[in-house]
Amino acid sequence: MRAEKIAALRASLARPGLAEASIRVPIGHAAADLCLKGGLEPGVLHEVFAGLGHEAAATGFTAGLAARVSLGKRLLWIRQDFSALEFGELSATGFLEFGLNPARLLLLCVGDAAGALRAANDALSCAALGAVVIEIAGRPKILDLMASRRLTLACAQKNVTAFLLRFNAEPEASTAVTRWLVRAAPSPPQAENWGHPVFEAGLVRNRHGRTGEWVMEWNCDDGLFKEADRGAVVSAPSDRPAAAARQAASL
Amino acid sequence: MAVAKVDNALRLSAVDRKATALGLAIGQPLANARAMLPALTVVAANEPDDLKLLTRIADWCDRFTPHVALDGPRGLLLDVTGAAHLFGGEQALLNRIRESLKAQGFAVRGAMAGTAIAARAFARYRDGTVIAPGEEAEMIAPLPVAALNLDHITTHAFRRAGLKTVGQVASRKRAEMTARFGAGMVAILDEALGHGTRPLSPRLPIPDYWKEQGFAEPIATEEVIRATLKSLAAALADVLEKRGEGARRLEAVFFRADGAVRRIAIEMGVPTREPAVIERLFREKLDTLADPLDPGFGFDLIRLSASRVERAHCEVVDFDASINEKADIGFLVDRLATRFGSQRILAFQPNDTHIPEAAWLALPAQYVQPTKLMWKKLRSVGDAPRRPLRLFTRPEPVTLLATASGAQHLRWRKVQHAVAQCEGPERIAMEWWRHETPPPARDYFRLEDGEGRRYWLYRAGMPPQWFLHGVFA
Repeated sequence: MRAEKIAALRASLARPGLAEASIRVPIGHAAADLCLKGGLEPGVLHEVFAGLGHEAAATGFTAGLAARVSLGKRLLWIRQDFSALEFGELSATGFLEFGLNPARLLLLCVGDAAGALRAANDALSCAALGAVVIEIAGRPKILDLMASRRLTLACAQKNVTAFLLRFNAEPEASTAVTRWLVRAAPSPPQAENWGHPVFEAGLVRNRHGRTGEWVMEWNCDDGLFKEADRGAVVSAPSDRPAAAARQAASL
Repeated sequence: MAVAKVDNALRLSAVDRKATALGLAIGQPLANARAMLPALTVVAANEPDDLKLLTRIADWCDRFTPHVALDGPRGLLLDVTGAAHLFGGEQALLNRIRESLKAQGFAVRGAMAGTAIAARAFARYRDGTVIAPGEEAEMIAPLPVAALNLDHITTHAFRRAGLKTVGQVASRKRAEMTARFGAGMVAILDEALGHGTRPLSPRLPIPDYWKEQGFAEPIATEEVIRATLKSLAAALADVLEKRGEGARRLEAVFFRADGAVRRIAIEMGVPTREPAVIERLFREKLDTLADPLDPGFGFDLIRLSASRVERAHCEVVDFDASINEKADIGFLVDRLATRFGSQRILAFQPNDTHIPEAAWLALPAQYVQPTKLMWKKLRSVGDAPRRPLRLFTRPEPVTLLATASGAQHLRWRKVQHAVAQCEGPERIAMEWWRHETPPPARDYFRLEDGEGRRYWLYRAGMPPQWFLHGVFA
């Protein structure tokens, strides 16, 4: 029964016309969108792995992707109790500042990974949700290939997108369509207005195309990713007083 | 025979049949009883356990009427108004209760009358009788004054005055008695005579509607239980629909054949009467019970009661997708709340304060009401976020170190991070109008380390201490 379902699903994914025709949601970053063949695919499973110590950055990146792909629908964020202690509680004002309306968010607190997966499978059957984020710390045994298959199947039923946000974990075999490795990237040096959410995002797995690595900035006002302003696009004029003084100091 | 300490003296609190035959009675001092019968077997009374047992019996009695009240240390009052005909009449009901309890090994006395006090008196002195309406005064007249269950000073006073029976007491003028014993005693007397009645205070809240299904042969399988719940839900939905109401809280009560009773409740975010939804929520609940439903020898009665109902608007099939979406989300929230508890599925609302950790509320999504407060962004367009995405519930103490070269380091969780950028302070004073002595004001700084991690930390107190409060994306 399950094998049949999987086969049917594979067939529907492999059908050439459909894959091209399926709506993609551009994330805003031109190079990444090109790699993703137009944008992030809704109704499938995506994985975001946080670099060690970069959990907040991965949270932000996932929030950005989920905000893009949910198209104004509501979001369910599932987190473990342990996660709030270790990595900080999700802050509504933080989401607001980030450019995601907290009124769209539902937060589910669960005790363990098994509960999180179970809740995710339930939630993915609700077509009114835009996306479900499952935040899982560590490498629980229950989160195996079978679990990710189940999530993928649940996603496909009602076309709800799932994001598996992993902390303190190494990528393993899964059915995810994309897999991202995210770290925070430094703000451009000497910027007056620093502190925008800038990510070093590596697309390490992409079912539909090439992989790549970019430095992206989330624009909190437009709700889009963009090429990070590296500060070096226009080189600082070396003859102006500030730069000249710095050069003099370094000599 | 059990003994307990009353008024600083050991008195008998329960006696068995043999002891009664030998002339012992409840309330007698233990010393007197010992003087009469030196070979008494005495155990200490265990009141909490007695109460627990009485509560379990009351649970069992729930099958006859939802209106069961505990009465004193060893009595139960059942209001069977409107329920007796379901069990073949009053006498049949009374006999059934008495026989069943006797079969379970209890010594039972019971009677039925128009008022609670009269019923209690008859239970003590005329076991097994049903008093026809209006006959209370006549029937109770020959009973001794003690039948009124007044305090023993009053009873003693009546006896000294030569008033030995209830009838004699009732023959006195009301005014005299009120002057001597107070209005309370007269009220009790009137009730005993069948005039006027005081309401019982039920042990459990009375449900608004309920439907039940009894089984001649106890049922134990999950499928039958589920099917029963579904058919009960359908029956309940009919009633609710006629009244234009929906249930917010439903309780399923499982009466086990051996007398144990289990109650399982579910709650809904919006008034609901859809049997499929109700059955689904109960299935979720039964699946996730920490202490699973144990059918034992089977359940002989299952009841579904709506203990909180609200007006529900007529459900019109709506082509407006946003309304269906709302209903879908509502159902999902109910399911998750049933499975994980309503405190676990939360929705955010703004809160009217500038204290960072209190600026929003995470409320159970099932009960959240629309608010007039608006979300207000702190940053202006084009600025970086001013509040972190992840906030620590308990700010973590950190140290800021300055090396000889002037570079700063942040030490958090035993790891040092080189500070690349820093901005601040943003002073946030605590709310002096809420606290007698408000906590010290905090100076918040935004920090970025060499790897790009962005922190939000503050300095507070005297001498100043640093705390890490959150992490930006």
